[in-house]
Amino acid sequence: MIRFQHVYKEYPRTGLALQDVSLFVAKGEFVFLTGPSGAGKSTLLKLTYMEELPTKGDVWVSGVRAKGVTRRDVAKLRRKLGVVFQDFRLLEDRTAEANIAFALEVIDAPRASIPGKVARALAQVGLSAKATSYPRELSGGEQQRVAIARALVNDPFVLIADEPTGNLDERATRGVFQLLRDINASGTAVVMATHNLDLVRRSDYRNIEVNRGQIVFDSADTRNKKLEELA
Amino acid sequence: MRLALRETMIGFRRAPVLSALSITTIAFSLFAFGLFSLVAVNIRKTLRDVESRVEIRAFLADGTPVEVVSAAMGDIGAFPEVSRVEYVSPDSALARARAELGEFKDVFESAFLPASIDVRLREGHRDPTTVRAIATRIKSFEFVDDVRYGEDWVDKLYRIRNIATATGVVLGLAFAAVAIIIIGATIRMAVLARSREISIMRLVGATDAFIRRPFLIEGFLKGILGGALALLLTWIASVVISRNFIQTEFFSRSLASLGLLGGALIGLLGSSLSVGRHLRKI
Repeated sequence: MIRFQHVYKEYPRTGLALQDVSLFVAKGEFVFLTGPSGAGKSTLLKLTYMEELPTKGDVWVSGVRAKGVTRRDVAKLRRKLGVVFQDFRLLEDRTAEANIAFALEVIDAPRASIPGKVARALAQVGLSAKATSYPRELSGGEQQRVAIARALVNDPFVLIADEPTGNLDERATRGVFQLLRDINASGTAVVMATHNLDLVRRSDYRNIEVNRGQIVFDSADTRNKKLEELA
Repeated sequence: MRLALRETMIGFRRAPVLSALSITTIAFSLFAFGLFSLVAVNIRKTLRDVESRVEIRAFLADGTPVEVVSAAMGDIGAFPEVSRVEYVSPDSALARARAELGEFKDVFESAFLPASIDVRLREGHRDPTTVRAIATRIKSFEFVDDVRYGEDWVDKLYRIRNIATATGVVLGLAFAAVAIIIIGATIRMAVLARSREISIMRLVGATDAFIRRPFLIEGFLKGILGGALALLLTWIASVVISRNFIQTEFFSRSLASLGLLGGALIGLLGSSLSVGRHLRKI
């Protein structure tokens, strides 16, 4: 579903952001991406939703290959995945439901189908009562839920979350994390970059640790090794 | 399309001053062009009037028999370029001279003016080359003493017209370029002002064509509005000139719609040149 093969990413000014990264994320998996600031987590996620393309190596996401990809292919790929960020990226002059509907309108979704899908997405994140609120009238946790609803409204196969709880307090963090778990439980894969090691420790999900542009730890490997040893 | 229109309107609403300013600037550059075109249109009209009076006058030798003259008139009348051939007898030449030069009428006492054949040319054949060619042919008749056709001012008229047309084209292109640059700059600002929306659109999978659409509509509308405003200003100018200086002719309906269409095209061109370049940076 998501496959990195010996991926290098180099920026002209800052140099090498990723080196020789290979990984595979299966359908329906929940993966944490951890590591210090500047380790390359965001770059790795950007390569996943093809905001960036590898300097060397190759990336496959849901059958779309980074090598030779067109802008149109990227647009099509993005319709199949959802992305959320630390800073929510909502449009301030539109209500919660308008923000979600926007994601459908810009991909020319049939007009009649939009209100139903928006209502379902809002219900999924528990914000039906705040449909007509503007972002500034919502708490940080609620704004992130709207962003998640927007990411979910197209039924993505994977939700990519770049520090989704970075701006939230403890309580809101727990709420948003629980929401991501629920989303994963219903079959959507989640790839979440985070600094919050508490969340990682308290759950049993796969953790990939990145440092200085390289994968330094992958709990899946440890688990596989253990399984091999047991066998 | 509805969404694109709505996004365009949001763009206008969000930056009303900027939008008004860009429309006004476009209007002023098109207005300058409009004023020049107005002059050109009126010069052309005057030229047409003057041109219709272009004629060749062939003075006949004394004592040319009437039969010869009328046969020659038949021949000349059969030239495809000729619209009318008229015989002017010495008497009527005298009468005409007296009428045209009233204050000197006493000077013209006797029939000393030669008879002539006046030849008028069809429209489209009044350019200097044709006039000269016909004059030469007429001069080749034996009984024709001399031929006059106002060589100098036929040439001058045409030169003025050519200069007017060339200046119009050059100025038109220059102003169109200015308007395209202005629209490009306003679209650039609009793109930057909406970079957040654009990045979100990209994130959720909008295609480049979709993202570009509202900006193209914006440029198109600004071009049309600027064109309409320029047309209005030019019309006011033509009314003011007509009232206070000389009677002027305003653009015909088709020329006016051509102006609007020009504005729209300029807007579309300016925005499409700008939007692609700046979208890539977001």
